[in-house]
Amino acid sequence: MGDRLFVVGGKVLWLGLLVVAVLLPLLAIFWRGFSSEAGQGGGLVAARELLTSANFHWLLGNSLKVSLSVAAIVVPLAYLFAYALQRTMIPGKVIWRGVSLLPLMAPSMLPGIALVYLFGNQGLLRGLLSDNIYGFWGIVLGEVIYTFPHALMILLSALSLADARLFDAASSMGASPARAFRSITWPATRQAVFAAFCLVFTLTITDFGVPVVVGGDYQVLALEAYKAVVGQQQFGRGALIGMVLLLPALFSFGVDAWLRRRQGDAMSGRAQVFRPLPSRSRDGCYLAIVLLICAALLLVFGMAVYSSLVKFWPYNLSLSLNHYQFEDTAGGGWLAYRNSLTLALCTALIGSVLIFTGAYLMEKTRGQQGLNLALRLLSFVPMAVPGLVLGLGYVFFFNLSGNPLHVFYGSMALLVVCTIAHYLTTAQMTATTALRQLDVEFEAAALSLKAPLYRHYLKVTVPICLPALLDILRYLFVSAMTTVSAAIFLYSPDTILAAVAVLNMDDAGNVGGAAAMSTLILFTSGSVSLLLAWASRGALRRSQAWRQTAPGQ
Amino acid sequence: MFKPLALVAAVLTAFSLNAFAKTELTVYTALEAEQLKTYKKAFEQANLDVEIKWVRDSTGIITAKLLAEKDRPQADVVWGLAASSLAILDQQGMLDSYAPKDLDKIGKNYRDAANPPAWVGMDVWAATICFNTVEAEKQGLSKPVSWQDLTKPDYKGKIVMPNPASSGTGFLDVSAWLQTFGEKQGWQYMDDLHQNIGQYVHSGSKPCKLAASGEFPIGISFEYPAVQLKRQGAPLDIILPKEGLGWDIEATAVIKGTSHADAARKLADFSASPAAMELYKDNFAVLAQPGIAKPQTELPADYEQRLIKNDFAWASKNRDSILAEWRKRYDGKSEKVAGQ
Amino acid sequence: MNTALTQPGAPMKVRGIQKRFGAFTALDNVSLDVAAGELVCLLGPSGCGKTTLLRCIAGLERQDSGELYLGERDVSALPPQARDYGILFQSYALFPNLTVEANIGYGLTGCGRDEVRTRVGQMLELVGLLGSEKKYPGQLSGGQQQRVALARALAPAPSLLLLDEPMSALDARVREHLCTELRQLQRRLGITTLMVTHNQDEAMLMADRIAVMNNGKVEQYATPQEIYDRPATPFVAEFVGQGNWLPFSRNSASHAQVGGMNLRLADDAGHATSGRLFCRPEAISVNPPVHEENLFPAKVREITFLGNRCRMSFELEQLPGHPLLAELAPEAMPRLGAQDILVALPPRSLQVFA
Repeated sequence: MGDRLFVVGGKVLWLGLLVVAVLLPLLAIFWRGFSSEAGQGGGLVAARELLTSANFHWLLGNSLKVSLSVAAIVVPLAYLFAYALQRTMIPGKVIWRGVSLLPLMAPSMLPGIALVYLFGNQGLLRGLLSDNIYGFWGIVLGEVIYTFPHALMILLSALSLADARLFDAASSMGASPARAFRSITWPATRQAVFAAFCLVFTLTITDFGVPVVVGGDYQVLALEAYKAVVGQQQFGRGALIGMVLLLPALFSFGVDAWLRRRQGDAMSGRAQVFRPLPSRSRDGCYLAIVLLICAALLLVFGMAVYSSLVKFWPYNLSLSLNHYQFEDTAGGGWLAYRNSLTLALCTALIGSVLIFTGAYLMEKTRGQQGLNLALRLLSFVPMAVPGLVLGLGYVFFFNLSGNPLHVFYGSMALLVVCTIAHYLTTAQMTATTALRQLDVEFEAAALSLKAPLYRHYLKVTVPICLPALLDILRYLFVSAMTTVSAAIFLYSPDTILAAVAVLNMDDAGNVGGAAAMSTLILFTSGSVSLLLAWASRGALRRSQAWRQTAPGQ
Repeated sequence: MFKPLALVAAVLTAFSLNAFAKTELTVYTALEAEQLKTYKKAFEQANLDVEIKWVRDSTGIITAKLLAEKDRPQADVVWGLAASSLAILDQQGMLDSYAPKDLDKIGKNYRDAANPPAWVGMDVWAATICFNTVEAEKQGLSKPVSWQDLTKPDYKGKIVMPNPASSGTGFLDVSAWLQTFGEKQGWQYMDDLHQNIGQYVHSGSKPCKLAASGEFPIGISFEYPAVQLKRQGAPLDIILPKEGLGWDIEATAVIKGTSHADAARKLADFSASPAAMELYKDNFAVLAQPGIAKPQTELPADYEQRLIKNDFAWASKNRDSILAEWRKRYDGKSEKVAGQ
Repeated sequence: MNTALTQPGAPMKVRGIQKRFGAFTALDNVSLDVAAGELVCLLGPSGCGKTTLLRCIAGLERQDSGELYLGERDVSALPPQARDYGILFQSYALFPNLTVEANIGYGLTGCGRDEVRTRVGQMLELVGLLGSEKKYPGQLSGGQQQRVALARALAPAPSLLLLDEPMSALDARVREHLCTELRQLQRRLGITTLMVTHNQDEAMLMADRIAVMNNGKVEQYATPQEIYDRPATPFVAEFVGQGNWLPFSRNSASHAQVGGMNLRLADDAGHATSGRLFCRPEAISVNPPVHEENLFPAKVREITFLGNRCRMSFELEQLPGHPLLAELAPEAMPRLGAQDILVALPPRSLQVFA
């Protein structure tokens, strides 16, 4: 009986949460977009007007140009970087990997702010740039930095699957390294390249953090949605733009799923691990590339930290901490930072428990086919919905006059729910991957031994999957610290967040304060990541006794 | 046996209730963030049973927010919003007319004409140009003395100004130009100016901050940040253009239907009181209550005379159409010809 | 808690189990009786339904129709936890983060710590792994892991033991040894056991009775001896052991025409008027010292030396194009002088199939 409560009750609860947190807000966008309430800018007529207006075409053109450029720059760079880490013998791989994670630790505004300090009219390296940083190139550079780690993650995982036997066969047949690449490596990683391209494109087209800071008068769609909702309270118009921004994500999600089905299994079960041969010239080249990219990242982030300590740029370069005196500034101050910590902790702790248990119930229990299918579908929706659009959905849904849940609007609880929903899919995939490594028959064995399933979950499943759990914790914490695209619509003066404070300070002209708050976010995320990585290593080491595989196994 | 327990419980409850007896007032404002702390402290010291919860954003955004919440107002009172915006709210029937205690001391031009008034002014803020002298020397720019000067081709890409849709300062600039130059000439002026604008920003004070840091040498802003930044040592020249300064009144109004009407009125009283005027004095040169203001050393003495004749009724009536036209021309078009 | 090593085994009945996966019929009206204490093997190629049947009995799959009885209880609709069995999976499914002791004690809920420890000790002694309590599964060899998994399954003293291809993860050398051990253990405990395997050697070695399955049906359910000597269908005949097929047509009640030869059949060989004759290779005598019935000339094609016996491929002169197999002891080799030989197909060894 306890089992039934755990399994069926758990699934129903999870379904209810997903419906409220994912499905209904999404539906609310469509409803808002097509309802022709006066002054909201919505409805079919307004939609037609919007889609045919020259302004919209200009915005769309800008957004497309920016996103395509960013993707075209980032994906090859990330490919080279990933190749260097996985297929060469360059030294210091751990360091380069660590540096590449920097952009994940701060909101997207940070690269923008740093770029202004580097290449703005009073920038340190102004001479290097012939044109103004504000505008197209500013946005592109900022987004390149911001999206780099995301593309890198996908390509790293794809390039890690290498079957040594294929390469041995190729070299014994006399194929050159270039030929081996074309015939073995490229086909295996093609799908990942496409996935990375789509991800970068979607992230860029829906981000407004960078355009706000460094875009100048170069307007993009994401910014327009923000202005429509926050600036003019035109919810209908915001919803319509939100729907347009949903399209690239849906498209790339669909094509990716289709490609994945065509590709089939990535690695044969009998593949041997690939160990690259040392090659000085090749390693030298790749090391140079990696060093260049890391140097660029360190320059940008170092500049941001430095600029937060400079008293009055550019006329008084003495160092001081007065930008960190947040009480006297606009935008939220230390309250915002504390709120962000609360949000990050709650999201990480509650989110990992919910998501991991939900993944367990979906993956490891049988029966309730319909329920399982609904859960699976719903858990993939957030992956296709950009944060901006999800935030809009939450505004529309929880702002509905008749909605009893309206009382949550502006509360920390809603922010936590929204953030968990936003980052749900990736966390869930991590959980599912870890769960799939477990023997399929564990649950059957436990059932045959009449052990209750929840006890099995706690005694066996969770300890074995602890590294994955810590991974999910870290991911959720850092994401919650740096998120802005959904939170920007859902905060109230009591629940203002650090990333939002950065935006507000930059808007008010307090760029030093914005840099300071961003640096604070950077250091918090970084420290927590390191802490959790250390904890994970400790957990792994302590469980080393049983993690080795048997000699004959 | 229960009696002493009940007594203790009653006393404790009484104490806690007393602690919670403070009314929390939701105050919407467009005041500069640096001013919020001082104003709040001053009010709460004078009214121990009220606590202010600020909701602060730039003029355009706050106005839009208030309008959007028309059917379900979240605000109790507005302290420090452009009178042009408050006039719109009044037209929508959202304000509770109330005559504060010191109304008779307030200048006639600085309050709503009706009796009792829908809004009462606090101080005036006016357009000011912030000019970075260091950058000007580096780039060989001459000092502009009039609004027309700003359309000189030397200044191409070197001027920042606030976006009138989001910033009250921006709106008062546009309104002033249209009133000073006439409608046709006004738009022509803005077309010419647009060629020189490097960026439109969202807040009224940001152009001055950008000018202070030398990012753009010329910022069209208002006097409060100009004075503050100059005091902090920024290499700024404060320029009041020849043709006259656009201006607006920061004002206070009680929202109709608020559940804390008493506390809201206390705030309205405070805002118009001489004590409050002392506060405003530090930040603004022209106050709603004449005779208190002291001239700011950084501003020329004839500051008040430079203000143009301002028709607020016209400005608030035409706000929507002015903004729509402005957006059509300058916001969201492939614009500047070259040298972006 | 029952301190006996195990409960007396309960008989198990399977009645008319039907299971389909979409359009594919995995189990087609399968019925089986397993007596108490018996070890029955489900033998068959992959896809024949043996594992599906085992999982239905375990409650891990839900049959579309049919009944299952464990002892007197109808367990057809019960979830796995409510049935009373222990199961040993192909992969053993030992919990890697728990010690051997914790693994074995896993199913012993509701017992005091001392009781659990005693019981675990008992089980370890039973499988010969006393002293390994504190080890982790990852530190044990394959054979040891199998024994721990067995001990875990038996610890709660179930009345039925299910084994899913228990030997397939082991080296060939270890396999036979463990088969014998497992069989001895099962006999000692007297627990009703059902084992799934695709390896006929294991089945022959261990089972009291074998159910040979094909395409979701039980083709024959009998002792190993009967299955080998008297296969009920051509599939069983071919699946278990080697065999020769000779096309024939009836000449009379006692004789069949094979190619150009007239063979005498045994009285109980079968009734079909035409079809194929089945004959085991070891039943064929080559160049017999004494005259035998059904003696015919043949030509040797190839001889393979297999260690303890030889396999000879030959062709009957009056049945060309039909290579046949015979098995000989190595002592018989010197008798083969040249390529031409005489082979005898004893009537007793010929079985008629339609």
